[in-house]
Amino acid sequence: MMAVLRRVGLLAPSMVTIGVLLIVPLGLMAVVSTLERGSTGGVVWGRHTADAYVQFLFERDLLGRLVVNTDYLHIFGRSFALAAITTVVTLIVGYPMALWIAFQPPRRRMLLIFIVTVPFWTNILVRNYAWILLLRNDGVIDWMLIKLGLTSHPIDVLYTPFATGIGLTYSFLPYMVLPIYVSLEKLDRRLIEAAFDLGADHWRAFRRVILPLSLPGVIGGAILVFIPGLGAFISPELLGGGKSMMIGSLIQQQFGQSRNWPFGAALAFVLLVLVLLALSAHTARYRGHGVRR
Amino acid sequence: MNGSTLVPPVAPQRLDLWRFPLTRSVAIAAFVYLYVPIVALVVLSFSAGDSSLARWEGFSVRWYIEVFNNSDMLRAMRNSLIVASAATVAGTVIATMGALATSGPRFRLQTAIEAMIALPLIVPDIVAGIAILLFFVLVGVPLGIFSIMLAHTVFAIPFAYLPIRARLAGLDPALAEAAADLYATPSRSFRRIVLPLIWPGIAAGAMLAFISSLGDVVISYFVSGPGATTLPVYVFGMVRMGVTPAVNAISTLLMLASVAILTVSYLLGRRFQ
Amino acid sequence: MKRFALAIGTALLLSSFSAPAGADEEKALLLFNWSNYMSPDLLKHFEEETGIKVTLDTYDTNETMLAKLQAGGAGYDVVVPTGPTLQQMITDGLVLKVDASTMSNYKNVKKPFDHPSFDPDRAYSVPYMWGTTGIVYDTTKVAGGKIDDTWKELFEPRPDFVGKIGMLKDMGEVITAAAYYLGFDQCTEKPEEAQKILELLEKQKPAVKIYSAEGTVDRVAGGEVTMEHMWNGSFHRAHAKLPTIVYVYPREGVNLWGDNFAVPKGAKHPENAKLFLNFIMDPKNAATASNFTGYNNAIAGSEQYLKEDLRDDPAFNTPESMISRLKQTRLCSKAALDLREKIWTRLLR
Repeated sequence: MMAVLRRVGLLAPSMVTIGVLLIVPLGLMAVVSTLERGSTGGVVWGRHTADAYVQFLFERDLLGRLVVNTDYLHIFGRSFALAAITTVVTLIVGYPMALWIAFQPPRRRMLLIFIVTVPFWTNILVRNYAWILLLRNDGVIDWMLIKLGLTSHPIDVLYTPFATGIGLTYSFLPYMVLPIYVSLEKLDRRLIEAAFDLGADHWRAFRRVILPLSLPGVIGGAILVFIPGLGAFISPELLGGGKSMMIGSLIQQQFGQSRNWPFGAALAFVLLVLVLLALSAHTARYRGHGVRR
Repeated sequence: MNGSTLVPPVAPQRLDLWRFPLTRSVAIAAFVYLYVPIVALVVLSFSAGDSSLARWEGFSVRWYIEVFNNSDMLRAMRNSLIVASAATVAGTVIATMGALATSGPRFRLQTAIEAMIALPLIVPDIVAGIAILLFFVLVGVPLGIFSIMLAHTVFAIPFAYLPIRARLAGLDPALAEAAADLYATPSRSFRRIVLPLIWPGIAAGAMLAFISSLGDVVISYFVSGPGATTLPVYVFGMVRMGVTPAVNAISTLLMLASVAILTVSYLLGRRFQ
Repeated sequence: MKRFALAIGTALLLSSFSAPAGADEEKALLLFNWSNYMSPDLLKHFEEETGIKVTLDTYDTNETMLAKLQAGGAGYDVVVPTGPTLQQMITDGLVLKVDASTMSNYKNVKKPFDHPSFDPDRAYSVPYMWGTTGIVYDTTKVAGGKIDDTWKELFEPRPDFVGKIGMLKDMGEVITAAAYYLGFDQCTEKPEEAQKILELLEKQKPAVKIYSAEGTVDRVAGGEVTMEHMWNGSFHRAHAKLPTIVYVYPREGVNLWGDNFAVPKGAKHPENAKLFLNFIMDPKNAATASNFTGYNNAIAGSEQYLKEDLRDDPAFNTPESMISRLKQTRLCSKAALDLREKIWTRLLR
């Protein structure tokens, strides 16, 4: 009984805060997505319609018939792909980094983690601008490549999807490194030593012992990268040349130039549902492979 | 063991044990990757030119002087720091409590509760921003520093929660249980035993929360009020007309300040051990 | 729980220390303006003249300012909407009547800025800066050093410029320019015309290096792009860094836009706001604003106070011969806006 009360008490602040300050407002937005759009922006309270959701998949052709419109699906697809790629790349770069840091002497570890986070105390816009400077024609990267003799003339990196990838990976790397580091650092070293004693090489020790035990961190990191990554649009706009829309810019546009709040709200809800589905599928799988006590 | 195989002595093998191949190179490359733009950013804060995107036009400290003369920018920075600190403290405390509650044996509503805690991460910030603004206006919460703090706390919670939870998940429950069984009441076992063990998780969570609050643009934009602009919002307002190296200067200053603060708290923390 | 209460208490305490300086209700003015669009000297001058302290917050687009006002986040005394946005705000009842025509400096307002289509009697606003959007190119990057003054050069570019073109990422600006080129009305409601505009833009897209309304000055001055869809004030700044660029007023029509000061509903200091609006219409003050922003103003008598390089710049000081090409931006109907949005989403999908 005491245990239950204790748990409720511990959970109350988070539930209340999130419930009142996010779930209620989201409910408000759900209502907005079913309202009629105001002629000059905003909404018409009291008038309900499913127009916003219909707009996601269909449009009216010249004769007024409903026809499938893949524009928005295209944009969603692109954002999902980009977020997935970013997650994979940050994992590939971030895991070894976290591993190396975790196995450093204790004093150095905190320092190194700290060094990892310092770049993110700077403003995101200026960081992206720094990348523009580095990646532009005869920017620093070009200059270096030419000096090293790897190429004879400036290569076009800026305003391409590759530049977007560099920018996004950059922005999200600490969100992958930190959770993985945390779960690696508290690993029981004796387990790893035991693996070595039993004759395992580095790779096997990693695959059989370290990786499974660090899975909570990996998943935490993946969540922290993939989901915000879906809504990312600053790097795509600044570094990718703004030639293709992301979900984030699409939604923002609805509350901006397009003045279609219900549609913006509907897009957000579709995104929310898709993410929840993906998450629940994933956690169901993870629970099956969880570490048994 | 036959005589023709050389058995390596135990000691050197132990040293190499923790050196996983490639990790060092990747880590170093990653550190370089992380810092090259920062170096560029800092270098450019000393540019005599008037744009953050221009090429180098000569050395000058004019932008640092400009920062100190620009009361709007300083006000924005102060607002950012106040909001981030408050949201981090509140968010981390709430998250720690939540993580403690969800560790241990699974209970019935656990998935739902964890989903709710993760919810702020899933919602696109522009929707959250407008939703929360509408809500505040409907309920009558005055818009200003406090409203931004409230909104940021909500988002700090999941950022802080994830590392703490990951950390707790690996703890030996026998430790906490043993302490509880023997002499300590649950709260003392918490402070003496559990807290120090999860401290790295809390520190990591607090850092994530602080960073995310400092960097937030969209939500701050919508829920702020007159005079309560935060630094990222201020900077984003500059993009149309041109971002000046003053932004580089203030970013450099902020970075140095946070390094200083964290170094001090790290040294203080060490003293207490 | 105790720690939680402590945290909240600290937060509340901290927030009470951050009330804006000069919270004196009487002598204060809360200004919400575009970034870098207001001379600090001008604000200082206003404070000296009236004793009213001005607090400035900034935004980057009309839409974000409008969304904030529409959601109910008011509290500002003065905002700076562009014409069509202002028209919308008037329709939505988001601005207060100021009756500019009764203000002492109103006589200085030049025609046609005293009777704009979005606020015919200047009942709600006073004019601030106005500008045009044309084509800018680097004369050294094209054979012959000159291009024809038509939008064709931008939308169906010569090989010299392919891959080095910058476009404003502004739905209204781009579609208006395309509409002018094709001879359509900027607010066309005809789907066939929208289709043609879309095709034109899609054909142009591979030749475009970047769509962005930010950083135009830097990318032109830095040579990233050699042809740019650009605002005249940005051109002036870029020209100072790269003298070989030229501003073109295409003959099919050039977008003419104007920014205005207005007082939003819910303003806490409406009388101070009106004082500020009047202050802006003074010739000397208007010139100070122009000298800072690089955009022209609507006040007669300000010419003598303008910087010389501004006066001599044909992009800033539109020559008589080009004035007929200027076409004012209009607020389009919902149907027209929907078409625009379709074009835009399809183009950038």
